[in-house]
Amino acid sequence: MTTRSEVMTLKTEPFAVNFGPVHPSTHGVFRMRAVLDGEVVLDIEPVFGYLHRGVEKLAEERTFTGFIPLTDRLDYISSMSNGLAYVLAAEKLAGIKVPERAEYIRVIMAELQRIANHCIAVGAFLNDCGAFFTPFLYLFREREKIIDLFEMVSGQRLTYNYMRIGGVSQDLPEEFLPALRKFVDQMARFIEEYDFFLKQNEVLLARARGVGILSQETAINCGISGPVLRASGAAWDLRKADPYSIYNRFDFDIPVGATGDSYDRYRVRVEEIRQSLRIIRQAMEQIPGGPVMADVPRPLHPPTGEAYAHIESPKGELGFYLVSDGSIAPYRCHVRPTSLINLTALREMVRGWKVADMIIIFGSIDITMGEVDR
Amino acid sequence: MDRLTSSIPALSLPADWPGGFWWHWVVFTTIIFTFVVVMAMAAIYIERRALGRMQSRLGPNRTGPFGVLQPVADAIKVLLKEDIIPTGADKAVHWLAPLVAFIPVLLIFAVVPFGDGAVLADLNIGILYVVAVSAVSTVGIFMAGWSSGNKYSLLGAMRNIAAVVSYEMPLVLAVASVVIVAGSLSLHRIVLAQDFPFILVQPLGFLVFFIAACAEINRSPFDLFEADSELVAGFHTEYSGMKFAMFYLVEYTEAVAVSAIITTIFLGGWRGPFLPGWLWFLAKVVAVFFAMVWVRTTLPRVRIDQLMALAWKFLLPLAVINLLVTAIQVLAWPEALPGIVIIINIAIAAALVPLWSKLFFKPGRGRIEV
Repeated sequence: MTTRSEVMTLKTEPFAVNFGPVHPSTHGVFRMRAVLDGEVVLDIEPVFGYLHRGVEKLAEERTFTGFIPLTDRLDYISSMSNGLAYVLAAEKLAGIKVPERAEYIRVIMAELQRIANHCIAVGAFLNDCGAFFTPFLYLFREREKIIDLFEMVSGQRLTYNYMRIGGVSQDLPEEFLPALRKFVDQMARFIEEYDFFLKQNEVLLARARGVGILSQETAINCGISGPVLRASGAAWDLRKADPYSIYNRFDFDIPVGATGDSYDRYRVRVEEIRQSLRIIRQAMEQIPGGPVMADVPRPLHPPTGEAYAHIESPKGELGFYLVSDGSIAPYRCHVRPTSLINLTALREMVRGWKVADMIIIFGSIDITMGEVDR
Repeated sequence: MDRLTSSIPALSLPADWPGGFWWHWVVFTTIIFTFVVVMAMAAIYIERRALGRMQSRLGPNRTGPFGVLQPVADAIKVLLKEDIIPTGADKAVHWLAPLVAFIPVLLIFAVVPFGDGAVLADLNIGILYVVAVSAVSTVGIFMAGWSSGNKYSLLGAMRNIAAVVSYEMPLVLAVASVVIVAGSLSLHRIVLAQDFPFILVQPLGFLVFFIAACAEINRSPFDLFEADSELVAGFHTEYSGMKFAMFYLVEYTEAVAVSAIITTIFLGGWRGPFLPGWLWFLAKVVAVFFAMVWVRTTLPRVRIDQLMALAWKFLLPLAVINLLVTAIQVLAWPEALPGIVIIINIAIAAALVPLWSKLFFKPGRGRIEV
């Protein structure tokens, strides 16, 4: 017969579970090797590299311009921003001045891309919370309008290949600005409605508030940037901290979170959509006429040297480091991948939480595997 | 036996149907089985269309008029699929699990009155039978989770057991207060007792029953046992082909069964003006099911500890209070039923639910130091 003390000494045992690389909530081919004690996550080991394509090496075999389409394949959710970061680095290297109108177009595109990215980030986050696709699909509907705008200017719907060294590939078509104005008005109304339904949702609050807290100190020490860092309370935004392009001409706020939990990360993204709309409104009013492309020699031979340019991409600091040996191809190209560096704090954030929390904490970081693995 | 044969006329079949008891038994079992499977398929169709509409997309609309044949097409598809049993599976249990899960759900319909007298077996312990039989399908789900030899499945199955054990209690207490008012366990009698639908007499009981039943049958926001964003497909991750279809069918048959039970004990069953009884019954079942679909499109999923907290800290106390209040009302003031009691009970429910959720219900933080 089993005595009481024998029952009390029965041991449970942690077990390892693989989440991914093929899993509905790993946003691609990410894999978390999790050690679980029942429902509690004791430890995780992130495994990635399934999508490695050697983009940095490929850059060495292409001309400076020829590499632009490949940058679209990094963070394929926000291709415009990738292109922008790369061309900024190349322009810095070659010392090219970009026409005014092109700068404005770039800002409009980058901010539209931020809205589109946050639509997916917030939608996927809520999907991870278990809201059965409803918020996701509504946000996708809105993102679709942005994609239509991008298609109008670039002819593409995912990998735009629109940014060029020295400007953008083509000028805005006539119907673009009216369509953009209409979209901005619609989106402003929609985001209020969306936020109204979700910020007070009891289940969402219970699930996300206080879950996966990332302290400001850890975030800074890990080199985390973007909405994840700002949700932890640090008002660090490269658009303000190191204004590139013409961001110093616009008036906008940096939304910050108070506690650094998953709910704050969600709130910061929703708030950033509002701020992006503000920037787009100002850019629409100020946009001048003129050329959209500087006079760039073809093929481009930047002088020997190196340059690093970074932008505030929707996910955080995205940087390109280029070394030139005077030939038509970069000698070395390095990407500072936002998604990968933002992932470094994942282990700290999920330990001790439950399986369900692990999924939403991971979702709240918002990564794209194309950028993590490159 | 008499009871069984006496229930025939309302189905508009002759009472002196030739062949005696066994003939009747076969005919009506077949009718009910067909009805249940068709209802489950209709439920799948309704859910997919309603989800589509609520999510600003179309939903299935290509197979047959308005896509009504989509569930049939899906059924044919899964029938033709390869049936895979994982190497590490316990084969016998793996094979048996879908049946153990499906058959009890089917058995529930034996006591559901579809119309006035249209009931296969008007058991005098009807509602007790429903509660008992429906709990058996949990065993099937745990068998599936355990025998698959998959950790996702096991986690899903463990969640299922935990949830069913917790939610059975408020569910039964809510049923008990209905039984006190109706004065009978027989579903037929409960329907007959509802001159006013019991949703008015027992608003709190209805709320508790609806939430607890949703949690037990794995409906969102309590769909933790298969939690697609966490556990891939939970307990049926390793199932394919027809066995998967069985679990799929279980899910929707359970939803229809719960809708039918809610219709019977809270919404007055087949009773209603003008229209024939079976049509009222059907309309109410669809309405209840639609409410479940609506909830599914609206809410994110709760976490396992929050699920437990909701059962033990919220539903159970409310169910006990409701049971006490009902018992006192029935004992001390039976002549007030149902008139004034309806107003009192709705007031109690309206006051108690927000009060309890604000003051006493703390879902807990969930972090464990490691």
